[in-house]
Amino acid sequence: MTDRTAASVPSHPMPRAQTRQGLSPGAHLRRPEAGALLGLLAVILFFLIFGGTGFLQPAGVASWLNVAANLGIVAIPVGLLMIAGELDISIGAMIPAGSMTVAIIAGHWDQSIWLGIAAALALGVVVGWINGTLVNVTRVPSLIVTLGTLFAMQGVVLGLSVLFTGTVSVALPPEEAGPMAKFLFGQFIGGTFQVIIVWWIALTVLYVFYVHFSPLGNWIFAMGGDRESARNAGIPTQRLTLILYILSATSAAFVGLCQAILFNSAQVSAGMSYIFNAIIAVVVGGVLLTGGFGSVIGIVFGTLTFAIVNQGIYFTSFDRNWSSLIIGVMLLVAVLMNNTFRRMALSYSPRKK
Amino acid sequence: MSDIVLETRDLTKHYGGVHALEGVNFILRKGEHVAIMGDNGAGKSTFVRQITGVEQRTRGEILFYGRPVNFAGPLEAREAGIETVFQTLALADHLDVADNLFLGREKLRLRLGPFSILDYKGMREATLKALQKTGVKIPNIHNTIERMSGGQRQCVAIARTATFHSRLTIMDEPTAALGVQETAQVENIIRNLKEQGEPLILISHNMRQVFDLVDRIVVFRRGRICANLRKEETDGQEVVAYITGAKTQPEYADAA
Ligand SMILES: Nc1ncnc2c1ncn2[C@@H]1O[C@H](COP(=O)(O)OP(=O)(O)OP(=O)(O)O)[C@@H](O)[C@H]1O
Ligand SMILES: [Mg+2]
Repeated sequence: MTDRTAASVPSHPMPRAQTRQGLSPGAHLRRPEAGALLGLLAVILFFLIFGGTGFLQPAGVASWLNVAANLGIVAIPVGLLMIAGELDISIGAMIPAGSMTVAIIAGHWDQSIWLGIAAALALGVVVGWINGTLVNVTRVPSLIVTLGTLFAMQGVVLGLSVLFTGTVSVALPPEEAGPMAKFLFGQFIGGTFQVIIVWWIALTVLYVFYVHFSPLGNWIFAMGGDRESARNAGIPTQRLTLILYILSATSAAFVGLCQAILFNSAQVSAGMSYIFNAIIAVVVGGVLLTGGFGSVIGIVFGTLTFAIVNQGIYFTSFDRNWSSLIIGVMLLVAVLMNNTFRRMALSYSPRKK
Repeated sequence: MSDIVLETRDLTKHYGGVHALEGVNFILRKGEHVAIMGDNGAGKSTFVRQITGVEQRTRGEILFYGRPVNFAGPLEAREAGIETVFQTLALADHLDVADNLFLGREKLRLRLGPFSILDYKGMREATLKALQKTGVKIPNIHNTIERMSGGQRQCVAIARTATFHSRLTIMDEPTAALGVQETAQVENIIRNLKEQGEPLILISHNMRQVFDLVDRIVVFRRGRICANLRKEETDGQEVVAYITGAKTQPEYADAA
């Protein structure tokens, strides 16, 4: 019925950027990650000048790569939601929820670690499903919906932890986790690199594929531009919204369970900082706050930039209390720069016919 | 099977107290091109939104090729073979022409369930072909929609419906923002559909266009049908009389 099946000319692999924008110099500035890459380079230069090469030595790299990986796994789905015109701040409660679930089940109750991991991920799916369904059904702005689930989940995690264990901090000794789970989710590679870095890289590859090479990506961008139009054009917007919320909540639970297994313990009150950090990483990464524009690679650059600023301060002679100032200024500069790039991109008219 | 493509029985839509559509009985036959006319707010777009599943009707029945249908959303309507140019166009502003043309039914280089890979090259080539076939002129198909003029956007939306074979095409004021040349092109697309025997519902305020293109004119007034006119048996003046309420056909007397 459609001409989808029509014989298509054999095509050789061609990266997206070329396909879409041609190869002219202006085309590269049009890409969402252009500003983010420049920002990353600027930050590296800044710390090279003021802190020397220390943060590029293995120990230094590990310090910010660990931060980046933990944040990055959450930042990508949060960024995709933002591209789709939504926001999820309930991740702040889902990270401790993931840690506590695995610690209580495997550490406190001595059940199988795999049961704990499965339960933590399942909790992510459930909360994500609740978020997505509430947004779909009520059309209440997602900031409010997820603010609600943020507090609700905090209450649930705190209440149940005290109820089950009598404390707000639960140990998960390595012998309870077992060597396999420790190896997969909680080891230090080479003594300093958290294994979650590997997960981050693997997940990033998956996301790049889905967002930039499969139909799903275009659907997310279309939704962020105008949800109603996307729906009228035949995009299953509700299903997609649900999937994205489930992704972000489950990713947060995953980061939480990895941390519990890595540090051999879980606390009720860890994770709130991830809300703002993830948003900063996403925005610095070139995602448009109003939706419809951004890229996975940009979010990765934004995450790295944030992590380097966050950790790089320790390699300088500055008092580390200043790092928030740098992050704040950086965020503003990034947003302004991204706007400039975007405007340049829009006023740039390719010659190619 | 009869030759009826689309039939609505007592189709009704209320928005709270607003009776936007009231008891509409409408029939479209195979190969037929029908125009829906009526003043602003007469309920024309509302009628389209009920048929295409954009909204859920308050009451009534819709039969598509003889089968009662209840589309949960526009995607289902499109999968059933109804192509629509909405008055609001339904384009994704941040995507380029090719992405928009194939939005929701992308060409795939590799079809492997969740691991399907997009065929960007194929989509671009098909887009160029489609634009050529429909005579729509877009200076650069790599431009995102937000960088296009209103008329160019409309052209993209129309090219999208004309690219895919459909069992019913609906166009809600497709030439409203178009210049003289572009309007002529869209009218050519519509004539092509006619030659291929594809049925069409055309919503338009343009009397000349309607008389040029369609077989039959249905007039809406305040949510009801007030006239059903064969083109050969009427003229512009009479249609205007029906639109403004100066006249009502006896069989639709309750619309007065
Ligand atoms: N979502 C809505 N909620 C409430 N009322 C609505 C809604 N959509 C349409 N209406 C009302 O329904 C009536 C019919 O609107 P509709 O858009 O179908 O008109 P139309 O015939 O397409 O007009 P136009 O020629 O201006 O496009 C109008 O009175 C309008 O105000
Ligand atoms: Mg209308």
